[in-house]
Amino acid sequence: MAILTIRDALNQALREELIRDENVFIMGEEVAEYDGAYKVTRGLWKEFGDKRVVDAPITELGFAGLGVGAAMAGLRPVIEFMTWNFSILAADQIINHAAKMLYMSGGEFNIPIVFRGPNGSAYQVSSQHSQALEAMYANFPGLKVVMPSNAADAKGLLKSAIRDDNPVIFMEQERMYGMKSEVPEDEDFTIPLGVADVKREGTDCTIVARSMTVPMALDAAAKIQEEFDVSVEVVDPRTIKPLDIDTIVNSVKKTNRLVVVEESHAFASVGAEISHQIMENAFDYLDAPVKRISTAETPMPYAKNLEALALPSVDKIVDAVKEVCYL
Amino acid sequence: MKDSGILFIFAYLQGLREDHILPKAATSRKPEKRANLTSAKGTKKTAKPDSNTFLDVEEAIREYEDRKAAQLKAIKLVDKETLREMLYQMVLGRHFEEKCAEVYRMGKIGGFCHLYIGQEAIAIGSMLAIDKDDMVITSYRDHVQAMVKGISPEGVMAELYGREGGCVRGKGGSMHMFSKEHQFFGGHGIVGGQIGVGTGMAYAAKYKNTGQVVLCFFGEAAVNQGIFHESLNMAELWGLPCIYICENNKYGMGTSQTRAMSARSIAKKAEAYEMANEFVDGMDVMAVRGATSRAVERARKEGKPTLLEVRAYRYMGHSMSDPGNYRTREEIQKYQERDPIILFKDSLKEAKVLTDSDFEEIERLATEATEKALKFADESPLPSEDELLAHILA
Repeated sequence: MAILTIRDALNQALREELIRDENVFIMGEEVAEYDGAYKVTRGLWKEFGDKRVVDAPITELGFAGLGVGAAMAGLRPVIEFMTWNFSILAADQIINHAAKMLYMSGGEFNIPIVFRGPNGSAYQVSSQHSQALEAMYANFPGLKVVMPSNAADAKGLLKSAIRDDNPVIFMEQERMYGMKSEVPEDEDFTIPLGVADVKREGTDCTIVARSMTVPMALDAAAKIQEEFDVSVEVVDPRTIKPLDIDTIVNSVKKTNRLVVVEESHAFASVGAEISHQIMENAFDYLDAPVKRISTAETPMPYAKNLEALALPSVDKIVDAVKEVCYL
Repeated sequence: MKDSGILFIFAYLQGLREDHILPKAATSRKPEKRANLTSAKGTKKTAKPDSNTFLDVEEAIREYEDRKAAQLKAIKLVDKETLREMLYQMVLGRHFEEKCAEVYRMGKIGGFCHLYIGQEAIAIGSMLAIDKDDMVITSYRDHVQAMVKGISPEGVMAELYGREGGCVRGKGGSMHMFSKEHQFFGGHGIVGGQIGVGTGMAYAAKYKNTGQVVLCFFGEAAVNQGIFHESLNMAELWGLPCIYICENNKYGMGTSQTRAMSARSIAKKAEAYEMANEFVDGMDVMAVRGATSRAVERARKEGKPTLLEVRAYRYMGHSMSDPGNYRTREEIQKYQERDPIILFKDSLKEAKVLTDSDFEEIERLATEATEKALKFADESPLPSEDELLAHILA
């Protein structure tokens, strides 16, 4: 096992897949000469050259569309959005074209493409640069949505996403790029899409968290164990779509309590979907109503204190667990 | 020669009208007026790139004669079988689309149905200038392009009927014809969306060094979309073998180009990206073929894209649900008199390449192919219910 940052784990995944398949290429803003706005593609342009690692003009709709066409004609593009906020400019190509091509062509043309980049808040970057958009993309049949929360998952899931024959929305988190954890060194290490991971086992309450809220949930679980002797299980779906609901249901059947933590807004969120599926599949096992922690229903403010107030936090998660456990 | 040529056209139009080959809106002026007008001398004018007003009658007749003279020259350089195939495809496209209108009114086709009548010279002229392996992508007005690229009329008609035998199993309908085998990449319903996708197909051809070129069709209204400008910028920047074919039929749905575009020469917009461009008369199948051939050569030899602005005119509404209140019958009629099929037949006859009996044979074959397609579509079963959830993910 190597200890890697999420940034370097993603970089390794990209490098290994560029070597493995010559049809893989990376395109996005500042991905080549500049080494990536967040340095995820560091060194790749130097190693693989202009053909495989391509700086695009600031033209999100254009290069997303180019990626879709290239995928139709046999390539496996990895399209980087500098952040997912900018993907909204490209939504027509992702939603109207990539997601629907296989279906509306009666199975003739699949789109093996990965759209990736950081999703959610960063550090005081205000309203237009702090959005968590997974619920929007998860709403469309034809897309897979992946959100890793540690270095090993980031590497293993990105390799699987690049090898997948479908359009994959791969969402990283800027605050997490520097987080370190163990990563297997085997070059064939992959993690299948659609399989959840129990990040901490417990018996009294389940927290379902993803991306940035996973380390928060783990901190909260440790705190609650120490302060209240309550055993919390943390489940990370890792793939939002397809969603491994069975792992979540099995956990709730064991703990009888559920808190869902997410960085997106609450209305029509992935957390809302999970709550509904738990109601359908584990209603009789619940000892308390499902509780959600989400970002406040507001565009993100700039001021540091207001930003912190808007986002999920360890303390908010602790309070939510206490509430469902009637502590 | 000139007078007799015009009289011939007139007689021919009358004949076609009686045979219901042209839509009912087509009527003709009195022959004596026509003869008088043709004797007037004037300066030669061809289609103006930025013209959005209708040519007056005199100009229109001169334009017709100029076109025919140009066609006669171009015809000499092409073998008879290719010319015959071009005419057949045009006539088939016309018959097929007229039948579509008829069965749509009978309720056999659902949803949107955008017809190509009047624009045949563009698809046929351009697509008979490329190789079988080359890639084609277009908008929702896609029936004729799909057939010219090789999808059978049966496959297209059954798709329109929403049947299992449709080229995409009844899952796409009128706007979404596809075939990997024939390198036909759709059939796209978002105005301009296919320009980005077509650019990516050309990117793949260059990346894999396959030697293929892409023909990417769109209407003039798509030029106002951001994707047009974003794509042309990248195509020229990276030298992609993509031929952008703007079918300028003057109307984006019901809004005339004059009410929607500040700078109306579409060809000239390519100059903003330093891209090669050409304005082409879309009523002249040989002119379209010639311009496409030049662009294909540029794409294959220099790896450079081209923008072609092809002036066209659709006789029917934007879709079958369009009552067409934004233009007059007279306007449509003026264009029908300069019909691309009539012109091409006229030229082929004058050049002694094909005769009236050849034309009859072609009409018969096109009618038969359309009837066969209708029968196939009628008999093809509805898609099985398993199809609902098939092909969402690969």
